[in-house]
Amino acid sequence: MSRYFTKDHEWIDVDGDEGTVGITDFAQGQLGDITFVELPAEGQQVKAGEAVSVVDSVKAASDAYSPVSGAVTGVNGALEAAPELVNSSAESAGWLFKLALSDPGELAALMDRAAYDAYVAGL
Amino acid sequence: MMPTWRGCKPMRYLPLTPADRTAMLGVIGAGAIDDLFVDVPAEARLSGPIHGLAAHASEMAVERHMAQLSGQNVSASAAPFFLGAGAYRHHIPASVDHLIQRGEFLTSYTPYQPEIAQGTLQVLFEFQTQVAQLLGTDIANASMYDGSTACWEAIAMAGRVTRRSRAVLCRGLHPHYVSTVQTMAKFTGDTIDYRAPRLEAAPDTAGVLAAIDGETSCVVVQYPDIFGRIPDLAAIADAAHAAGALLIAVVTEPVALGLIEAPGSLGADIVVGEGQSLGVGLQFGGPYLGLFGAAEKFVRQMPGRLCGETVDADGRRGFVLTLSTREQHIRRENATSNICTNSGLCALAFSIHMTLLGGEGLARLARVNHARANAAAARLAQIPGVSLLGDTWFNEFTVLLPVDAALAVSRMAERGVLGGVPLGRLYPGAPGLANGLLVTATETVTDEDIEALVVALAGAIA
Amino acid sequence: MNALNPSGWRPGMGNGGGDGTTRPASPTASGDRGLALEEPLIFELGQPGTCGVDFDGEDAAPGPVLARFLRAAPPALPGLSEPETVRHYTRLSRQNYGIDLGPFPLGSCTMKHNPRLNEKVARLPGFADLHPLQPTETVQGALGVIAQLAHWLVTLTGMHAVAMTPKAGAHGELCGVLCIKAALAARGDPRAVLLVPESAHGTNPATAAFAGFSVESIPANSDGRVDFAALNARLGPDIAGVMITNPNTCGLFERDMKAISGAVHAVGGYVYCDGANFNAIVGKVRPGDLGIDAMHINLHKTFSTPHGGGGPGSGPVVLSEALAPFAPLPYVAKAADGTLRLVEEDGEAGQHFGRMAAFHGQMGMFTRALAYILSHGADGLARVAEDAVLGANYVLRSLEDVLDAPFAASGPCMHEALFSDLGLAEGFSTIDVAKGLIDEGFHPMTVYFPLVVHGAMLVEPTETESKAGLDRFIGSLRSLAARARAGDELLKSAPHFAPRRRLDETQAARRPVLVWRGDAPAS
Repeated sequence: MSRYFTKDHEWIDVDGDEGTVGITDFAQGQLGDITFVELPAEGQQVKAGEAVSVVDSVKAASDAYSPVSGAVTGVNGALEAAPELVNSSAESAGWLFKLALSDPGELAALMDRAAYDAYVAGL
Repeated sequence: MMPTWRGCKPMRYLPLTPADRTAMLGVIGAGAIDDLFVDVPAEARLSGPIHGLAAHASEMAVERHMAQLSGQNVSASAAPFFLGAGAYRHHIPASVDHLIQRGEFLTSYTPYQPEIAQGTLQVLFEFQTQVAQLLGTDIANASMYDGSTACWEAIAMAGRVTRRSRAVLCRGLHPHYVSTVQTMAKFTGDTIDYRAPRLEAAPDTAGVLAAIDGETSCVVVQYPDIFGRIPDLAAIADAAHAAGALLIAVVTEPVALGLIEAPGSLGADIVVGEGQSLGVGLQFGGPYLGLFGAAEKFVRQMPGRLCGETVDADGRRGFVLTLSTREQHIRRENATSNICTNSGLCALAFSIHMTLLGGEGLARLARVNHARANAAAARLAQIPGVSLLGDTWFNEFTVLLPVDAALAVSRMAERGVLGGVPLGRLYPGAPGLANGLLVTATETVTDEDIEALVVALAGAIA
Repeated sequence: MNALNPSGWRPGMGNGGGDGTTRPASPTASGDRGLALEEPLIFELGQPGTCGVDFDGEDAAPGPVLARFLRAAPPALPGLSEPETVRHYTRLSRQNYGIDLGPFPLGSCTMKHNPRLNEKVARLPGFADLHPLQPTETVQGALGVIAQLAHWLVTLTGMHAVAMTPKAGAHGELCGVLCIKAALAARGDPRAVLLVPESAHGTNPATAAFAGFSVESIPANSDGRVDFAALNARLGPDIAGVMITNPNTCGLFERDMKAISGAVHAVGGYVYCDGANFNAIVGKVRPGDLGIDAMHINLHKTFSTPHGGGGPGSGPVVLSEALAPFAPLPYVAKAADGTLRLVEEDGEAGQHFGRMAAFHGQMGMFTRALAYILSHGADGLARVAEDAVLGANYVLRSLEDVLDAPFAASGPCMHEALFSDLGLAEGFSTIDVAKGLIDEGFHPMTVYFPLVVHGAMLVEPTETESKAGLDRFIGSLRSLAARARAGDELLKSAPHFAPRRRLDETQAARRPVLVWRGDAPAS
């Protein structure tokens, strides 16, 4: 399994043709206390770069984009009762949704951890 | 014409003295006031005073001018009065107007700094609770502009919830509300299914049920309706829900809910209303107060301000505006509505009046209203040529006259009686409705008023 | 992710945070402290069956016409007697700050003095106790108020006509944008893009989207004004128009306004002006002379109708000759015999886009605004703008050495002065300055708006502030700026002297409690 990052601060873990998507720890730190996460519908077809989820903090609503194209196969139901999971474990238990990749070739355009860390350091 | 005072006398609302202005210009480093307007291109600056507007005027002079305009109107308190149709004359306890004029309420802003706005915020929390109880919904917002705009907002919200865009309006929805909805839908592309009302004893429930289909986002039913009749909400709720649509109930006379079942308890998913009846005067149509209640599961799709309970840094209970990520100042083009303000001071007036009444007081007020309407209906029905339209009503009912009701109302006004709203005023393009007269009798109507109405109407149609 | 906290706003506290120097909630048995009075909810005070209203008239059981519809039980709401009610709301009022208590320099909101004459005339029975559907012959004076106010609004703005019915500023914006949409539709032109500067108030894009337009953002240049070159480059046959705030939200007059209007008109678009800041130019500049097609006027800003804790407002929209035919219904017209009538239906040739709300607009605000205009007169209104601008520049120049003023070099400001959080100590932000102002006895300025400035502080003193009041405010803000630059930790937990300390907005949003359900108070 390998993890990729976007310039918009999403991460995706890829295992075969299934991916798990969340926002990065850096992103949650910028947003502050997260109060609500609007998740996509299961079965929804999404395109790479499409806004599919909204992460609310008290005074901001930020779109989260899908890193790659595919069909949503599951969402993190735990966030409904505990959106703070995105703050405490953005890159593990605070994941947003899973999807079946339709074009794994899109992964080539994403960053690895080292590249993302360098990108963030340069912001 | 108003007297004018030319020259340099001080204007009472402007505290800066000539010496202050000179000193302030010195700190700024400007020679003259107009140096501060250098960014305005010279050709856009006015060279003299506004054309035709006199110089500043004293309190006494302005009050005289306004009183003269006021005196050209026949106020509701000056005549036997029977108008309704979405705006109702009720007695407002004297303490209501006194309290809303306290400067800490009157001259405060939207409570963005909650540490010094707990007065407004606690009032809004109490208001939301009162409205939810009254409408029978889980939750309510901090108010909208008025009932008609709240009605459109509810339809837009139903579209977000159901992801459909076809709204079915009952025939008995207030025609101004219908027009407001049609205006908005024209621009958003929503489909509005509406048919003009008919002079029938009961609302057209069968027609509403037949109009519901798999594309319907919501069914909008006024309760009681524009003719004063009471529709069968529960039956419509069942049909709407079976088709995956929401039921929106519209209440233009909230006092009725002291007596008849709350729409939320009959299956309405969203209940909106005009709150003017409680605490807010007639004011020739505004400002009024939009009530908005809904099932809690739809909270993220609601428009308007919401106040919520929380704690402060010392753990003490306090209130804040919350869930503001739905709103325009954060979501911008993705907001649930472009609304900024609520109708704060009107919500305060409503809440104070509701507090004075309590639930049981409201029920009693509603019984008195209904009894007054029953008395008026019974007397009017005795006039030869006059008949009652509906078989149900609260404090408002429609009578059918042998002549154009607008003519009858004009004649009654000449005799010093404000005798109701002619349906022709509400439906100008519908000659079939022209002989209908909408009559409202609230607790403000006396037996003498009813006798005056009977005499005036009998004379007007003779 | 997009929009990673563009304004720089941070929650003022963590979960249950504070400064670690928590005082006991109250040292008294009552919970009150002198004149600092706590007040329970009415649901905790009232009793079922208590009522503060006596009724005349029979209290009969409802007749058969309602039998099927009766409510199972009255609303479960307690009542209070009149003395309890008066006390409840009076005690609550004391937890509020208002203009009547001191300076309220909330930028772009125009918190000026609310003259009490206006309250008095609005309550004259001929205005307050008048039904909107009375026969027009019985409401000639009320229609006269609408007609007179309409005349002065048109005259003051140099425009062609005015739509009086919009209920608030945002509703007025919608009205103006719908006029543009209707005008385009009338000429069969499908253009659907509205350009909105990035410094715009959030209602602008929200309104444009609501009306079915797509929104494109126009950048600001380095001196805080619309980048005319960028705007010009984007103009074309797909542009329905622009929405510009002038004076803008940075407190600056858009010098290029006339040229912008000309360029937009040249490509067939319309110019909407957000009139929220008309207070700065009333009596001095007429928007009609700047080529504007539509502008809403917040009567609760420029014309002093009370803000009332968040409304009601009123937002008449002045219109150019090009847009006037599309104005909403109803409107007041003068008949040949001099009587006034209400036009509630479209005539055969009518192009009006329809009705925006029931009845005829915010009459209660019209009476107040008319009294305000007549009270000030031509000389007083010009002085309103002059003193508002003078006060803001006085604040700007009295503070620019201690607070970063990003556009101070752009020339004089108009009616509001803009500062940023640049130069505050590490970990200190605008919110700490704002909350410090609360302890100083002032209402804070607008914070974190406009978004184009990091940690924005927008100060609008208004013309009804005395020099002594301004000096006290400036003195407090200088002190707070010094403390925030020095990193005074006490500021981070301010306010200390308000009815409440910082409130936990995170908890409120994560687990919303929107109505009282009889639970024990959250703690």
